[in-house]
Amino acid sequence: MRVMVLVKATPESEAGEMPSERLLSEMFAFNEELVKAGVMLAGEGIKPSSDGVRVKFSGSDRKVINGPFAETKELLAGYWLLQVKSMDEAIEWVKRVPNPDPGTDGVIEIRPVFETEDFGDELTPELREKEERLRREVEANR
Amino acid sequence: MREGPGSARTGAMPLVRTADVNRTVDAVWRIESARLIAGLARLVRDVGLAEDLAQEALVAALEQWPESGVPDNPGAWLMATARNRAVDRLRRAEVHERKTRELGREIEIRGEIAEPDLAADIDDPFDDDLLRLVFTCCHPVLSTDARVALTLRLLGGLTTQEIARAYLVSESTVAQRIVRAKRTLSAARVPFEVPAHDELADRLASVLEVIYLIFNEGYAASAGDDWMRPELIDEALRLGRILAELLPAEPEVHGLVALMELHASRSRARVGGAGEPILLLDQDRSHWDWLLVGRGLVALERAQTSGGTIGPYTLQAAISACHARARVAEDTDWDSIVALYDGLAQLTPSPVVELNRAVAVGMACGPEAALELVEALASEPALREFHLLPTVRGDLLAKLGRREEARLEFQRAASLTHNSRERAVLLSRMAGCSSRNGD
Repeated sequence: MRVMVLVKATPESEAGEMPSERLLSEMFAFNEELVKAGVMLAGEGIKPSSDGVRVKFSGSDRKVINGPFAETKELLAGYWLLQVKSMDEAIEWVKRVPNPDPGTDGVIEIRPVFETEDFGDELTPELREKEERLRREVEANR
Repeated sequence: MREGPGSARTGAMPLVRTADVNRTVDAVWRIESARLIAGLARLVRDVGLAEDLAQEALVAALEQWPESGVPDNPGAWLMATARNRAVDRLRRAEVHERKTRELGREIEIRGEIAEPDLAADIDDPFDDDLLRLVFTCCHPVLSTDARVALTLRLLGGLTTQEIARAYLVSESTVAQRIVRAKRTLSAARVPFEVPAHDELADRLASVLEVIYLIFNEGYAASAGDDWMRPELIDEALRLGRILAELLPAEPEVHGLVALMELHASRSRARVGGAGEPILLLDQDRSHWDWLLVGRGLVALERAQTSGGTIGPYTLQAAISACHARARVAEDTDWDSIVALYDGLAQLTPSPVVELNRAVAVGMACGPEAALELVEALASEPALREFHLLPTVRGDLLAKLGRREEARLEFQRAASLTHNSRERAVLLSRMAGCSSRNGD
């Protein structure tokens, strides 16, 4: 399964403050670990909302609003897309993200990505049943 | 007796529910087990014993972490615990006379364990150990089935049950394969090491073969009424990506990863709702996973710029990349594909490669040129029972308007395939040749 790992913004990230050398080098090493483990699909840092815009939708109306945006807690500072076996594995990886700099608490959110099975267009019910029957037969012959 | 360092309260979650701990342990196992077993195997020189020790540490974790909390560094905890168990075993075995000749080895192990320097283990030695484990699991003294089972177990961290389910065999079959594999390695005294430079190419080919077999088991699937098994595709991709970081200077590793990423990118598009196979050229490309396509192209570039000669996996990946770069089938660069097949035919000549090349020639130069090549293959013994030969022939004949001949070819193909869904497709192509309506 895939998960989006969403690094929430902090007042410091919104202010465009550079992380400490310690954090930068630990983050680099952590990203290397993700790659070496074969779980890293994608990941980037995101610039502060002062560099961004919002597009608001109402019916066919579009309204463009320039950043910065006030609600830091709702903003993002970075993301990863990981290939994992379970949410538990994702949690275990995220626990290993380096400690934030002193005085700056962090929040990272993990959300599973929709897979094709979720859209129901993979196997028809008949085929799912067939597959399950075959598996049960094999297991019965243990 | 408390085991392992830092199993104390600092940063750990107190009073964790056992069910939660079980899931965390599973996750930690998936992340750490290969390195754990590899590090232990270097110490005890036996992958079977190494796995036993790792499993003992796992059990200890399941028993202790609900009370003590999950340690900050679970991998280090498991390693320290396993090593302590190794020393325990040796102490008990000391009593037995037959162990005295291994005293030399024991002293070596004690010497290593006496160093309470876990930090030293966290660096490169782990990568080397993991590589040693990779080559050991894929050692040529083992049968292919054994290599696959051992790789999935020791490198993939899959349980016997998971492997059995994925391969549609019984658990006992898998368990026996693994036991026998370990015994074979012991009996043959296979050293726990990375092969010497002059052996590396051959040994690496064996490793890549194992990973590609796992991939194809999940992707192309070999059972009678087959379907894809994404867990095997994912596992092969993961192992390939791991290997690419362990051996970044080996172009064929990147080539294999590129090939797998590109093939996997089409998983969603290649099977219809009724389970029928959809040919590459007929696939809805908006269903291709463009993230994986991108990764495949990056891996291909790594393969092509790694230096050294281009190998067969890289060539196959390059062919796949030609398709991937075409947003619609009509934009496919068939001339490049033909040239790549020329290269592949030189490196790994085979009738199947020639057949694929003929298909590409047909697309690049027209069906007549291709038909000549295919007719020349008709006498190849290797292709006699291969359903794709008459399929290709039928396809070319149909394009040339020779419908009755095409119909006979599709009929022959349908009789040769073991796959009921493919047979259905071929039978409908037969019917298409009989119909009075124009193409």
